[in-house]
Amino acid sequence: MYEKDGEKYFVVDSHMHYWNAAPDNWVPGAEQYAKGWIECFHAYQGLGPAETHWPLDKFQKYSEEDLMRDVFDDGHVDVAIFQPTYLTEWYKEGFNTTERNAALGEGHPGRFIANTRWDPRDGDAGLDTLRRNVERYGSVGCKLYTAEWRDGSRGWTLRDPAAYRYFEACQELGIRNIHVHKGPTIWPLDKDAFDVSDVDHAATDFPALNFIVEHVGLPRIEDFCFMATQEPNVYAGLAVVIGGLMHARPRFFAKVMGELLFWVGEDKMIFGSDYAIWEPKWQVEGFVDWDYPPSEEYADYPRVTAATKKKILGLNAARLYNIDVPAELRLAPAEGVPAAREDAQLVDQA
Amino acid sequence: MTTALSGTDRIIAALDTVRDPELDEPITSLGFVTSCTVSGDGAATVRLRLPTYFCAPNFAYLMVADAYDAVSALDGVRTTEIVLEDHFAAAAINDGVAAQAGFVRSFRGEAVVELDQLRRDFLRKAVLASTNVVCQPLLTAGVTPAALNDMTLGEVAASPALQRLRRRRADLGLDIGDDAPLLIDPTTGGRVAVADVALHLRKARTTKVGIDANTSICQGMLQHRYPDSIDGRLAARAATVTNRDDTEEAR
Repeated sequence: MYEKDGEKYFVVDSHMHYWNAAPDNWVPGAEQYAKGWIECFHAYQGLGPAETHWPLDKFQKYSEEDLMRDVFDDGHVDVAIFQPTYLTEWYKEGFNTTERNAALGEGHPGRFIANTRWDPRDGDAGLDTLRRNVERYGSVGCKLYTAEWRDGSRGWTLRDPAAYRYFEACQELGIRNIHVHKGPTIWPLDKDAFDVSDVDHAATDFPALNFIVEHVGLPRIEDFCFMATQEPNVYAGLAVVIGGLMHARPRFFAKVMGELLFWVGEDKMIFGSDYAIWEPKWQVEGFVDWDYPPSEEYADYPRVTAATKKKILGLNAARLYNIDVPAELRLAPAEGVPAAREDAQLVDQA
Repeated sequence: MTTALSGTDRIIAALDTVRDPELDEPITSLGFVTSCTVSGDGAATVRLRLPTYFCAPNFAYLMVADAYDAVSALDGVRTTEIVLEDHFAAAAINDGVAAQAGFVRSFRGEAVVELDQLRRDFLRKAVLASTNVVCQPLLTAGVTPAALNDMTLGEVAASPALQRLRRRRADLGLDIGDDAPLLIDPTTGGRVAVADVALHLRKARTTKVGIDANTSICQGMLQHRYPDSIDGRLAARAATVTNRDDTEEAR
């Protein structure tokens, strides 16, 4: 919980990690990829305030104590959602697996939600693993990384028939929330790997599932906006938007937020720190203080209120994940319904 | 190309015409060119770098291939070597471009078609973003969307933004004559229907915001990855984007 100027904010960090990317976890022969991946993440951290930068060796492998302090003690987060990313072709035990995350979470009841993942190329065995993870860890959300390399394949799309079997399994298993993360490669390589049109198809065909597009489709923000406005079950995951722009490029940040508020709406935007890329503390505090710069350029974007920020920082995600929010941290009825699907029809008013 | 320019300056000028297809900026002003040399007997070598080890390989290939085409077309250049460094697919891209193999053969089994469609998709985004840069000041000055839709290219005051819009439209084979409409659907080349003008302009603006946000993130990543500056003339080119004040947005 974060309190500022008499307003209390319930904070859900909907996208964070507990990874091991140190050399002891690099797959022999794939060291250059393991190293390249974590150095790329480290460069992202460079977009945050200088005093929050970590040396590379700590960034490769941080401790449980670091995480608990940065996220909860200092970071104002009430509930954090682990988003696993496997990358087992490069990292021996995976980059951050469902198991590794859940093992940390088990020592801190009520603090974490352990999402799991699947990859349609894993076939029937992957479906069995998905079932086991849901039973064992109570997962109600999945993180999908479409650019994962596997046996010579450079990725997949949500439109693949094999993926549809998994979406059907998700519905049967009670998984509600699908976090989609795009990366730089796909099969075939001539296609735009960041294209979000496959999310559009899946969201239409599986209306009972919620699709949270991480880093709002960056680098395809515009395509994401045009798609999300037509799909009531598509949400904007703000990881990277706040971390990567709010400090480094405040005016571009304001414009991206304005666009998202216009196209997607405040009920469907969800905070995620992307820890350990960025610590949540400066993101939460900075976002609560944030408003558009005083300029005509931003005049026609939707306004931002304390209620807007409460929804984005926690109440929308709490609704998607059925997290119990203390009564004094909820919104008054007149301030709207967090995570309401009806807001996604702005295109008609454009 | 004038003969008054030195060999290296001619190479840099040629590379100024090569753009990052996603960011719609020259690779020189983005700081992606770290060195270029040409020997007395016409052997040109250009070194390129990108913001991350995992930048999308198809876009990286386009930049390396376009750099090869631009440099090798220069009079007096006998051989051309473009070296992309510090990238996961550098070997496949560098070797493929050197062999003039095309993308499909450079990534055998991993790619199906050449990158023309991808390039066109991003040219359409560039047309939309350029449309926003041309139209936003007019809208601010009180021109209505409907009035914009009645304007022709020839009725807009000359500016670098208008020149960019014309060039991107020309790259797509779309009409750029003075009588051509200012607003067009970049996919069909047709006029924008009156009922769709507001939405068209809104999408153009969002596209521009998206490209600017990507550019700023890429620049931040590049600076973190390569904190040391590059050589003088190339550094001056790179400064045009990296030091761009986002309050001005390089209109």
